[in-house]
Amino acid sequence: MLMRGSHVIAESAIRAGCRFYAGYPITPQNELTEYMAGAMAKVSDATFIQAESEIAAINMVLGAAMTGARAMTSSSSPGLSLKQEGISFLAASELPAVIINTMRGGPGLGNIAPAQGDYFQATKGGGHGDYHSIVLAPASGQEQADLTVKAFECADRYRSPVIILIDGMMGQMMEPVILPEPIDPRSLPPKSYILNGASQRPSRFIKSLILDTRDMEEHNWKLQRKYESITRDLILHESYLTNDANLVVIAYGTAARIAKGAIKRVREMGLKVGLLRPISLYPFPKGAIVELSRIVKHFLVFEMSTGQMVEDVKLSLEGRSKVHFYGRPGGIISTPDEISKVISSLYYRQNLEEEQ
Amino acid sequence: MEKKVFERPKLLKKAVFHYCPGCGHSILHRLIAEIIEELDIAHKVVGVPPAGCAVLAYDYLDIDMGESPHGRCAAVATGIKRSLPDRVVFTYQGDGDIAAIGTAETIHAANRGENITTIFVNNGCYGMTGGQMAPTTLIGQNSSTTPGGRDYARDGAPIDLSEMLALTKGSVYIERTTVNSPANIRKTKRAITRAFKIQMAGLGFSLVEVLSPCPTNWKMNTVDSCKWIEETITKTYPLKVIKDTVGDKIQ
Ligand code: SF4
Repeated sequence: MLMRGSHVIAESAIRAGCRFYAGYPITPQNELTEYMAGAMAKVSDATFIQAESEIAAINMVLGAAMTGARAMTSSSSPGLSLKQEGISFLAASELPAVIINTMRGGPGLGNIAPAQGDYFQATKGGGHGDYHSIVLAPASGQEQADLTVKAFECADRYRSPVIILIDGMMGQMMEPVILPEPIDPRSLPPKSYILNGASQRPSRFIKSLILDTRDMEEHNWKLQRKYESITRDLILHESYLTNDANLVVIAYGTAARIAKGAIKRVREMGLKVGLLRPISLYPFPKGAIVELSRIVKHFLVFEMSTGQMVEDVKLSLEGRSKVHFYGRPGGIISTPDEISKVISSLYYRQNLEEEQ
Repeated sequence: MEKKVFERPKLLKKAVFHYCPGCGHSILHRLIAEIIEELDIAHKVVGVPPAGCAVLAYDYLDIDMGESPHGRCAAVATGIKRSLPDRVVFTYQGDGDIAAIGTAETIHAANRGENITTIFVNNGCYGMTGGQMAPTTLIGQNSSTTPGGRDYARDGAPIDLSEMLALTKGSVYIERTTVNSPANIRKTKRAITRAFKIQMAGLGFSLVEVLSPCPTNWKMNTVDSCKWIEETITKTYPLKVIKDTVGDKIQ
């Protein structure tokens, strides 16, 4: 089926059992909300709400998650800033939810062009307190379908907010996609923590207030243990032509697609360049990068920002290899040609032909 | 034969209230427990406590409760109610929560006619944070951020949130009561019961604003607090049914 990315995510969410969606208009992601409005209306037990604000939307999702519903909201960069309160509460109260961020140029109101300036916000917590969201970054229509399903599964499994990071390019792009098989959310395993009235069981509460400092410390460590198990189980990445590479480009999402095009060009020139594409941004594919560093001495991080993921690459490598960076912030979309020139000039300057 | 005429509501956990002596929250918690028991809805009620003094409501009420971020109760309750339309969902919010930081969520929930009930506890100050000016603080009333009293030119006037909510099409029942005397406590109980019944009949957004003493931050004893409600607060916030489009449909 030929479908634009934003519709792929929306349709896949419903097929994954999403029965609650709240959103607020913001460009460039309105197609997703509009698709949800139409499609949820056709599902008997589903709720679509156009909320009065981004904050209300995420808090409606918080409420829906308390009842056990698979719930989602979506927005774009400035909207995600507003949602941080709710995301922190979701993480603290250990509630599942899926949040789509169609990133645009920032900071501030910025513009509506594709950008990757929200990497820090998404992967480092974003709101207040010690927490992380799981962050997935698809780079194709099919991956948007697959990762949307995965996002709901992970949200439930880890009782955690999951953020899918795309940009307007990913959202608009039409590609052939095999959509997931629809599931009936009633067939999912029951959740032990939900609020639906204390019938035939003791009453429950869901909260994030923990006044006792020792209990609060333990809650923090409990969350950290969860993040450790997420980091063990959930890392996703793609390696492309890395086997013989002297230089490996690291990029995600739209930037990775551009980088792939560039690598095809420089390969034709005989340059041994590969790509490592993180698919999960949190947890970050540290192990794969460290593994590559046994042979690869130069990495080039390419981002549509002034350089955010590059910090995680450097932290992963701890000086094992050289890390170079190229970025275009503000909604600039580099061409594969531009990136191939960046790659080849780095390649020659570092004399990588001579290596090995 | 002895006849038991007064007992602890079953839905009130055996915990000691952390509220200050004379605080209206304790009375209201008890009323809510009684009402839920009498309506026999404990098995299908979900409450949403706010940030503020009453954040610990779940330590006292033996029902399902989900904590909301400050001011977002109406949005959280919307998410709960839309997912479980046959449950009885209520929010319990203070004046700062509902009439300052949560104004947008509240007005729009009312305007959508969300079939939820809101208990709006108006004590004219931010109790938990130490008695700062609330949107409902009276002109001239002292607070920790209005030394010398709330000044209209500087601080604006006390907000008539309930009256504002009454303007929305989706609200069907809004009443202002108080808990400063046994008679008024009974009236408050009747009002909250009616609000729950309206929700159970699926009729729309209901709200009971309760003028509630905060002796600690008012720097008064309990008796004076109750008198102050009677003699002063009700001048700005008169006790009345502000809106009732339900009429005889609910007795
Ligand atoms: S500070 Fe006021 S509202 Fe809070 S518990 Fe004490 S009396 Fe009640």
